[in-house]
Amino acid sequence: MRAAGVLLLCVATLLLAGCGGPWNDPYPGSPADSNTLYEAFTERPRHLDPARAYSTDEAVFTGAIYEPPLQYAYLKRPYQLQPLTATAIPQVQYEDKNGNPLPRDVSPARIAYSVYTIHIRPGIRYQPHPAFAKGKGGHYLYLHLKRGDLSRMGIQKLSDFPKTGSKELTAQDYVYEIKRLADPKVQSPIFSTMSEHIAGMQQFSKTLAQARKRLDAKEGAGAWLDLRKYPLSGARVLGRYTYQVTVTGRYPQIRYWLAMPFFAPIPWQVDKFYSQPGMDKRDLTLDWHPVGTGPYMLVENNPNLRMVMLQNPNFHAETYPGNGTPAQKKAGLLADAGKRLPFIHKIVFSLEKENIPYWNKFLQGYYDASGISSESFDQAIQVGSGGEANVSEAMKKRGIYLKKVTQPGIYYLGFNMLDPVVGGDSERARKLRQAISIAVDYGDFISIFLNDRGIQAQGPIPPGIYGHQSGCKGLDSQVFTCQNGKPRRKSIQAARKLLAQAGYPGGINAKTGEPLTLYFDTVSTGPGDKSRLDWYRKQFAKLNIQLVIRSTTYNRFQQKMANGDDQIFFWGWQADYPDPENFLFLLYGPNGAAKYHGANEANYSNPAFDKLFDKMKAMPDGPKRRAVIDRMVAIVQRDAPWVWGYYPRQFTLFHGWVHNAVLNPMVSSSAKYLRLDPQQRARQERRWNQPVLWPLWLVAAGVGVLLLPAVILFWRREHARPRRRAR
Amino acid sequence: MLAYIVRRIAYAVPILVGVNLITFALFFVVNSPADIARLQLGVKRVTPQMIHNWEQQHGYDKPLIYNGKAHGLETVTDTIFFNKSLKVFAFQFGQSDQGRDISNDIVHRMGPSLALAIPTFIVGIGLNITFALLLVFFRASYLDASGVIACVILMSISPLFYIIAGQFMVGKLMNLVPISGYHYGWEAAKFLILPVIIGIVSGIGSGTRWYRTIFLEEFGKDYVRTARAKGLSEMKVLFRHVLGNGLVPILTGAVVILPLLFMGSLIMESFFGIPGLGAYTIDAINNQDFAIVRAMVFLGSVLYIVGLLLTDICYTLVDPRIRLD
Repeated sequence: MRAAGVLLLCVATLLLAGCGGPWNDPYPGSPADSNTLYEAFTERPRHLDPARAYSTDEAVFTGAIYEPPLQYAYLKRPYQLQPLTATAIPQVQYEDKNGNPLPRDVSPARIAYSVYTIHIRPGIRYQPHPAFAKGKGGHYLYLHLKRGDLSRMGIQKLSDFPKTGSKELTAQDYVYEIKRLADPKVQSPIFSTMSEHIAGMQQFSKTLAQARKRLDAKEGAGAWLDLRKYPLSGARVLGRYTYQVTVTGRYPQIRYWLAMPFFAPIPWQVDKFYSQPGMDKRDLTLDWHPVGTGPYMLVENNPNLRMVMLQNPNFHAETYPGNGTPAQKKAGLLADAGKRLPFIHKIVFSLEKENIPYWNKFLQGYYDASGISSESFDQAIQVGSGGEANVSEAMKKRGIYLKKVTQPGIYYLGFNMLDPVVGGDSERARKLRQAISIAVDYGDFISIFLNDRGIQAQGPIPPGIYGHQSGCKGLDSQVFTCQNGKPRRKSIQAARKLLAQAGYPGGINAKTGEPLTLYFDTVSTGPGDKSRLDWYRKQFAKLNIQLVIRSTTYNRFQQKMANGDDQIFFWGWQADYPDPENFLFLLYGPNGAAKYHGANEANYSNPAFDKLFDKMKAMPDGPKRRAVIDRMVAIVQRDAPWVWGYYPRQFTLFHGWVHNAVLNPMVSSSAKYLRLDPQQRARQERRWNQPVLWPLWLVAAGVGVLLLPAVILFWRREHARPRRRAR
Repeated sequence: MLAYIVRRIAYAVPILVGVNLITFALFFVVNSPADIARLQLGVKRVTPQMIHNWEQQHGYDKPLIYNGKAHGLETVTDTIFFNKSLKVFAFQFGQSDQGRDISNDIVHRMGPSLALAIPTFIVGIGLNITFALLLVFFRASYLDASGVIACVILMSISPLFYIIAGQFMVGKLMNLVPISGYHYGWEAAKFLILPVIIGIVSGIGSGTRWYRTIFLEEFGKDYVRTARAKGLSEMKVLFRHVLGNGLVPILTGAVVILPLLFMGSLIMESFFGIPGLGAYTIDAINNQDFAIVRAMVFLGSVLYIVGLLLTDICYTLVDPRIRLD
C-alpha cells in the first residue's frame, strides 16, 4: 500500500513536471517567453457577425478582426475620428430632393440628403480563408457545395478545408455589409436606427423579406440570397475603391457609425460560403468564425474554454501613432511611434467565470491584465491622502501598474414620467422628484459600493463628450450648491422643504393623510444585492418615504419598462459614439419607451427640450451648439426625470511587461497597439511560481504518524492467538 | 431477461414524453417566446419588430401546444411543442437559440465532464470501500470512533470550501497545479488532479460512513463466523467475503450514477474552468435557451433510465438468486 502511494506520488510529480516550466502553468505547449498576450473573458460572446455584435464582450474580438473605414485615434483626447481603411474622413455633400448639390452653408430646411463618399485604400487584403480559395481555373473551390459534400470531404471545422485564399478589400464589400444590416434574417440591432437615416433602407428591408420568402419557397429555408442583386439607394458602389452612403436630412453622427464594426466590410463570398448546406450543423457561421482585414484573425473559437487570435499574415501596413501629449511621451507611450503594427503575434482569451481564480492567476503572471473585483480592491489599490487611487505597494513590488479612465456612460435612477405619482410636468411632481434627487446621495453610493470608481453625475452628458461641464460649471443647482469651487449636495432639510411644497410634509400625503409609498422596480437579484436595495430604502427613508422594492425576473422587468408600468428604476447607458446627441436622445420625447419603443426609458417629454434637441443634433461643435446643450441640460436638471447617478470609472491593472497600455473606451480593441516583453514575463513567472513541496512532505509525515496506531492494532489483531476455553 | 429489457424500454417512452411535456410547461409558464427573444437580442435598441422577427426565425411564432387556426394533423404538428420538443426522440437536438449545433456542443463538452467525473468516481468508490472495510476491521476500537468522527467532519464541510481552499493552498500558495483551466489530451491531467482530489476528499465522509453501515450489517451474518472458524484472516474475511456480499446495495447507488457522470458537475466545472456539460445546462437556463434546456433534460432522463436498467441487470450478475422476468 505504501509502495503504491509512493509510486502514485512519483507519477504525479512526473506529470506535473511538464517541460521544465512552472508546474502551475495553465498554458501547456505555449512558452511564457512567446509573444503572446494572455487575457480572460467572463461572458462568452454571443455574436461575432459585425451586423449583430453590439456588446463590449464582443467588441474585444470584432474590433481586432474587422476594419470599418474609420477608427478612433488611440492616444487622442477628446475622442477623435481618423481614417482606418478610408483615405480620409469623408466630407458631407448636401443635396436637395432632386439630387442637386447644395452649398455647405445652406439652410437646413432645404437639405433632403447628406451624401458621404468614402475612398478605400487599395491593396488591403483579407485574412486567409477557404471562402476565397480558388482553383487553377480561377473558380472558387468551396462556394458551390451541395448537401453531403462537407461530410464527404471530412470537414468538421474550418481548418479542415485543404485550401485557403485571400482577396483584396473593395468598396463592394462595405456596401454588401450595409445591405446586410437591413436583411431581416440577420436581425441587426441597429436596423431600426439606420432605417430612419440611410435613404431607402426601410423599403429595401421589405424587398429583401419578400425575396427571401420566394427563395425559401423555391430552394428551401436557408438558401443564399445574393444581396448584390438588390440595389440600395442609400449605399452605392461608385468604383472599385469608392462607395457612397446617403442619409436623409442631416445626420453627422453617421461618421461615428462608420467607425463601428456594423459598417465593416463583408464580401459576398463569405456570406455565400457560410450559407451552404451543412455549415450551420458544424457551427461554421459568421457569428462564430469572423472574416476580416484586421490585424488579427480568430483561429480557435471554443467559447466554453478559449478563443485564440493570431496575427493576420495579410494585414496591411499600419503604424503606431506618433502624435501625443508631453505626458504621454514622458510615460513612454510614444516610444514605438512609426513602428509597424501589430506587435503581438498571438492573443489567447481564456474563459474565467469566477473572480477568485481570475485574480489569482493574474497575480501569478498568467494573465497580462485584469480588472479589479470588490473582493480584491483593498489588496490592489491604496487611496492617497488626496483621495487619488493608486496601485498598492504589494502590486508595485510585482511591477503592476494601474490605468484609469472615466467611461463615456452614465447610470441613473429614473422616474417613469407616465406614472401619476412621480411623473408628469406638474409642480407637485417636479418638487417631489427634486426632493428625492437631493436625498439619494450617489456620492455615498460610489464610496460604499464602487470603491470610489465613479464620478457623481450632474447631468446626462458624461466627461469626454462634448457638452459636459465639470465642477461648478455644470452644477445641477436643484440638488447642489457651489462651495469653494466644488459642488456640495444640498442639505436634507432643503429636500424635506421641497417635499412639503410638493404636498407630502414629513412623507405624509397632506390630502389623504397616508404615508407616501413609492415603488422601485428592479430585476430579481441574489443576496449580494440586498445591501444595495437596503441602501436605497435608507435614502428614501431620510424623507420618511417608504420605498417598496418590486423585484421581478429580467423579462418581467423589461415588459414593465416597455409598457410603462414601472415607477422608479435604475438604468444605464454606454456611449455608441462620443457625441452629446447619443445621450440627450435618452430624454427625447419621440424616443419614449412606452409609446415609441425607444431608449427614453423615463418616457420624459418636454416640447421645449425636444425642439432644442432637433436643433442641436446636427449642429457642428462650437459655441452655438454648446449654448443649446446648456439650455437643454438646464431644462432636464429642473424637471429632474432622472436622479443623476454617476459616470463609471474603469480601473485596469497591467503587468510591467505590457507596454503602450492606454484605456480608450471608444477603441474596441487596443490589442494591436500593445507590446510585450515576453522574456521579462517568463522570468517573473518562474520567480513567482516556484513549487513549494515541503507541505506535501509534512502532510505525508502527518499521515504516517496517524497511521502508526492503525498499523500496530492491525498487526495485533491479525496475529492474535485464539483464546482457549477454560476446562 | 430480454423480455424484461424490452418491456423497460417500452415503459421509458411514455415517461420521456411526460418529462418533455413537463419541461415544456414549466419553461413556458415562466418565459414566453418574446421573453426568450428579448434576452437573445440584448438590451440596446430592441424593437417589437425585431422581437417578432426573431420569434419567426426561430420557430417561436407558433402556438405552444395546439394550433386552433390549422386543420387536421397540423393542429398538433404546427406548434412549438411538436417542432421543438418531439424531435429530441430522434436525438435531433437542432440548434440552440444562439445558433450553435447542440449535438456538436454535447459531444465536445462530454469529454471534459467524463475526464473529471470518471476518475473521481472510480478512485472515490475504491477509497470509500477500502476505508469502510478498515473501519469495520477496527470496529469497537478508538480508531473506529476516530474514523467515524473524521467522516462526520469531512461531510459537514461544504464542497465549495474544499474548492476554494484547495485552489488557494495547492494552486496559489504551493504553485503545484494550475488554479483553473483545461487542455485536451494528456495534458488535461495536470488540470484535473486538483478537482479530482477535491471531489474524492469531499465525498469520503459520506461514502465511507454509508459503506461502513452496509459492511457492518454483513459482518454480523453467519457466513462470516464460518469463514473465521475456517481460519481465514480478518482481512481475507473482509475483502473476499464481506465485500462480495456487500456489493448488491453498493451497486444500487453506484451503477445508477454511472450514466449521470456524463452530465458533469456544475460547481467544479465553473471554478476550475472545465468546459463540461455541468455548466452547459445552467448557462442555458440563465440564458433562457429552451433548445438546450429541453435537450439536456431529455438526455438526463434517458441516461437515468439507462442507469436504472443497468442496475437491475447488475443485480443478476452479483446475486444469482435474482432473476429478471
